[in-house]
Amino acid sequence: MTMQGFVYIAVFFLVLLALTKPLGIFMAQVFEGRRTFLHPILRPLETLVYKFCGIRETSEQRWTQYSGSMIAFSLVSFLFVYAIQRLQGLLPLNPMHFSTSQAPGYATPLTPDLAFNTAVSFMTNTNWQAYGGEQTLSYLVQMAALTVQNFVSAAAGIAVVIALIRGFARKETNTIGNFWVDTTRATVYVLLPLSLLLALFLCFRGVPQTFKSYRTATTLEGATQNIAVGPVAGQEAIKMLGTNGGGFFNANSAHPYENPTPLTNFVEILTILAISSALTYTFGRMVEDTRQGWALFAAMAVLFFAGVFICYPSEGGGNPNLARLGVETKATDTQPGGNMEGKEVRFGIASSTLWATATTDASNGSVNSMHDSYTPLGGFIPLFNLQTDEVIFGGVGAGLYGMLLYAIVGVFIAGLMVGRTPEYLGKKIEQKEVKMAMVAIIATAFSILVFAAISAVIPFAKNGYWNPPGPAIANFGNPGAHGFSELLYTFSSASENNGSAFNGINVNTPWYNLMTGLAMLIGRFGFILPTLAIAGSLVAKKKVPTTSGTLPTHGALFVGLLVGVVVVIGALTFFPALSLGPLVEHFFMREGKLLSSLIIHAVWS
Amino acid sequence: MPTATTTPPPQLDDLMTLVPRKMVRARPLFDPQLMWRATRESFVKLNPVTLFKNPVIFVVEVGAALVTIFLLRDFFLGRPGIGFSLQISLWLWFTVLFANFAEAMAEARGKAQAETLRKAKTDSMARRVLSPGKTEIVPSSKLRAQDVVICEVGDIIPGDGEVMEGIATVDESVITGESAPVIRESGGDRSAVTGGTKVLSDQIRVRITSNPGETFLDRMIALVEGAERQKTPNEIALNILIAGMTLIFLLAVVTLQPFAVYAVNSAQAGTVPTVAVLVSLLVCLIPTTIGGLLSAIGIAGMDRVMQDNVLAMSGKAVEASGDVNTLLLDKTGTITLGNRQAVQFLPVEGVTGGELADAAQLASLADETPEGRSIVVLAKQQYSLRGRDVSEHEAHFIPFSAYTRMSGVDIDGRMLRKGATDAIIQFVTEKGGQVPANFTELSDGISRTGGTPLAVADGDRLLGIVHLKDIVKGGMRERLQQLRTMGIRSVMITGDNPLTAAAIANEAGVDDFLAQATPKDKMDYIKKEQAQGRLVAMTGDGTNDAPALAQADVGVAMNTGTMAAKEAGNMVDLDSNPTKLIEIVAIGKQLLITRGALTTFSILNDVSKYFAIIPAMFAATYPELDKLNIMRLHSPQSAVLAAVIFNALIIIALVPLALRGVHYKPQSAAAMLRRNLWIYGLGGFIAPFPCIYLIDRVLGILHLA
Repeated sequence: MTMQGFVYIAVFFLVLLALTKPLGIFMAQVFEGRRTFLHPILRPLETLVYKFCGIRETSEQRWTQYSGSMIAFSLVSFLFVYAIQRLQGLLPLNPMHFSTSQAPGYATPLTPDLAFNTAVSFMTNTNWQAYGGEQTLSYLVQMAALTVQNFVSAAAGIAVVIALIRGFARKETNTIGNFWVDTTRATVYVLLPLSLLLALFLCFRGVPQTFKSYRTATTLEGATQNIAVGPVAGQEAIKMLGTNGGGFFNANSAHPYENPTPLTNFVEILTILAISSALTYTFGRMVEDTRQGWALFAAMAVLFFAGVFICYPSEGGGNPNLARLGVETKATDTQPGGNMEGKEVRFGIASSTLWATATTDASNGSVNSMHDSYTPLGGFIPLFNLQTDEVIFGGVGAGLYGMLLYAIVGVFIAGLMVGRTPEYLGKKIEQKEVKMAMVAIIATAFSILVFAAISAVIPFAKNGYWNPPGPAIANFGNPGAHGFSELLYTFSSASENNGSAFNGINVNTPWYNLMTGLAMLIGRFGFILPTLAIAGSLVAKKKVPTTSGTLPTHGALFVGLLVGVVVVIGALTFFPALSLGPLVEHFFMREGKLLSSLIIHAVWS
Repeated sequence: MPTATTTPPPQLDDLMTLVPRKMVRARPLFDPQLMWRATRESFVKLNPVTLFKNPVIFVVEVGAALVTIFLLRDFFLGRPGIGFSLQISLWLWFTVLFANFAEAMAEARGKAQAETLRKAKTDSMARRVLSPGKTEIVPSSKLRAQDVVICEVGDIIPGDGEVMEGIATVDESVITGESAPVIRESGGDRSAVTGGTKVLSDQIRVRITSNPGETFLDRMIALVEGAERQKTPNEIALNILIAGMTLIFLLAVVTLQPFAVYAVNSAQAGTVPTVAVLVSLLVCLIPTTIGGLLSAIGIAGMDRVMQDNVLAMSGKAVEASGDVNTLLLDKTGTITLGNRQAVQFLPVEGVTGGELADAAQLASLADETPEGRSIVVLAKQQYSLRGRDVSEHEAHFIPFSAYTRMSGVDIDGRMLRKGATDAIIQFVTEKGGQVPANFTELSDGISRTGGTPLAVADGDRLLGIVHLKDIVKGGMRERLQQLRTMGIRSVMITGDNPLTAAAIANEAGVDDFLAQATPKDKMDYIKKEQAQGRLVAMTGDGTNDAPALAQADVGVAMNTGTMAAKEAGNMVDLDSNPTKLIEIVAIGKQLLITRGALTTFSILNDVSKYFAIIPAMFAATYPELDKLNIMRLHSPQSAVLAAVIFNALIIIALVPLALRGVHYKPQSAAAMLRRNLWIYGLGGFIAPFPCIYLIDRVLGILHLA
């Protein structure tokens, strides 16, 4: 840990804070259909989309129609991405000839299960990658399928939260907006201009944007090296902004062509959280009480700092077992100290842990260091962030609607303690809201725990179709508790539509592709449909006027309550599982034992 | 213009009505008889078919049955570890029984009350009118609505009805617990009679309004017994929440088994936790505390309303009263002491105060109305004029009549009169007197401050005015202030003119008032409030109140009121005390707070149980997890057992709290939340640690684990 590190984190937060209000106001204008400074340029594009798609801009949808549109849109997206992957060998913009007989030797075959997994992954804004981008996909797939999904799946997430906000803001009506219009506006006015700016900036800092094939270079030792390039900058920008996280390259943002300099590194972390953070202000604006938005921001900030300040010291402290052997683990002028395994030297510990926290606070899932190599507590934070449904700023739209669901649960329990039927923003929280919030929370918990449990014990024949390495646990990169952490992380990441990984585990087998695919679907729709149902229920309700008998939902008390609800529900649900993974690993490390008790005696006695 | 003497004589001293009288002799909360009844009931409630309605406790029962089956298997196979499984199994059954006991305990009081009421429902004989002058004797069970019966002294009124003819005193103690007889007469707002009550004097003709089995008494029995009890919306929502939590913990525990299989295999040490241990963990985690006490809280809340002598037609109404934003309070009897009192003598020019006071006192000596008495008292206080014995004088008292609108006395040749100003002016001018110059000024001055001027004349001389004033009930201002802190607006309803109304409203500190209120005004006001999302509560007794009572979210009808009013409201106050609305609101709030507090407590209890059970479960597989055993429980078995025992005992320990409700004091929502979060949130988090530790020690000392 260094002073510089803390300053880095503090500056990051201050810039994020500074962006929240202006961007928030802008988005409120966009989604309330008011004119913005970008209208002269982008309004023609917006109307063109409506004309082309036959969308009536002024028509409104009930929550069922809104959900139906969202599902239909997702289904078409899935089919398109699946088809274009399977056909990439026949399609243009494939300079490396993937999925053809001329494919390079290192290429990963794009099997049906992998294509299914990838299609689901990008349609659900997860960007879980069971493949290595530069070894598997043509430029056409990267651009026309994945990058497009990066835009629209993110826009759909924003649309859903806007619909939920309308549920609070409107009263005694039955429509929550129009999915097609909201998605179009999110894409055209928010994601597109920001991505363009970011992509240009990245090009300027050295990120490639080319259709040319991979370069071959001769190294100093005289060996030949294949250097993958491609249309990276464009995809990189929306990958960050849309909390997608699916890298062009397998190494994701640890790759110098995705993230070349400390400045791009800083900007990229910032763009993970920028839109989500600003949405809290948009929320405050749209419900006509910006204090409500700031309260949510504050709760998120508390959780954000809690995560960073566990993760950073844990990584900065390093492994005590190395220190015991006389290795210097303190930061000095010449070395960063701490646990540098899996981290880029050019980024160091502070910005790596900040990224690891931010990417799992949100449903981004991009990485600039390998979480698998973190110390147990350092790795515990990303894992726990996933399991608490990524509500710390969170995915674009997804983070806020997740937090609002927790707010509903919190208001319901605590609201009873002030002696009234609980209400949030003047809307009574009743059966339907509680039921749907619980359905959403249970859906992701179910998906994480059940898929992990089955995978922990399911036997497969070695070299069989479903899982060639043998039983599902044979895919773990490490034995014992750490292997279990990898498994738990895999299904947490998939179920929460994050997409990052504890990379040790091999997940490109039909079993894992199918199971993580299902987990992503449950995590996406098991959360969004109840959210829209809540929006539909809230929008029909009267607005109860605020009095001194109303539970205040903008003060420190409420912030504390919300933080408590997120942590307690997450902790109570996952404590048993976590105790067998990162927690026991942590105690192992403290006691000088290595990952598995099997190895302990061999090495240390 | 209303005058002092038009106010009907009060039926009860208003201050006395603030003292709650209990319908049933107050039983202690844990009456031995009730406890015994509840204990028996808790075994009956083990029936899984009925227990299924309570998902949390049902899961415990299934778990207990599962552990018992495995216990029997192990017993017959002669496996070791029977002692531990046996104890777990017993405590799991106790958990179910304790939860059942809590509910049975809450129901027991209602059932005991219902029995008392049933005794009143004797099948009496009724004299049914067949045609004018022809009657027959039939059993009361044969009576139908629209039948007409005649009731005389000593008769039990055979069914609910309206008095068509006559006036009678009726003993309604069966229903109200109040032994003083009440008057029932035809026409007006006191025409309703209730079946089972007894006529003490005179004769009345009653039109029966309800069929057998649907009478007020029948409904009352059903209500106190809880037979018609339906879950309230809030209770259902809370049930969904705790069922959801149960499902989450079911997932956490069921998946822990395969996780443990992996851990045991990879560590090659220890064994996978047994069914008894897994079930123990599950039972400890699911919110059994609130699950076990939830229905008891609801029943007890209804019961508390009943103890206040209010009959709530549904739990929903009680719950809604906690949500009320606006209280419509009748001025007379609620905000003010139902009658005006003399506060000042204002003589006209040329008359002394003493002279006016003397005349006013003499004129009031025979006046038994509170106004009259207050004049006598005021004269005594201000001018030391004692009430004189007028029997030695030749005194002729003139009673008040609606026609003359004045009363007074003819004594020793003087004609003393007091009454409405215009009536007295007319009296004086007829006698040839003059109206003094400053009289109108004085009279208007009183009206402006919300008082009522009462003019006093001695023959043709107009002496002056007595200032009669509405007296705001002691402590009312503070109570209204409390309501305001809780975010409840109070609105005063009065028939007075806006000027008078504004003055009293200001003095009492209500937030708004509705002057010269007609039933339609009341109705419109309620609708207006509701349109803004507010919940409105009101009291009423007259037939013309019925539509508003029905429209209000909480409508409390007075028992003295008409049947129409009682039908329209969702509560009936057997004491007919309109101030009680404030208490009902408090009970409604307390009910919700108790639920929220125990839910929070229950959920936060889980933290400690994890720290007890998880290290114990994996003691052999991952001995490193013993770091989590922060309570230093002495053995894995003891740790699991201690957690299960705590989980069972806490239900019993909280039964009194569930039945009484948590401490409630009116304050703002923020203050209340802070307070309750500290007590039940932090308390729920911390309390189990020392308790589980102690249980663990005791188990150790007793060599039970």
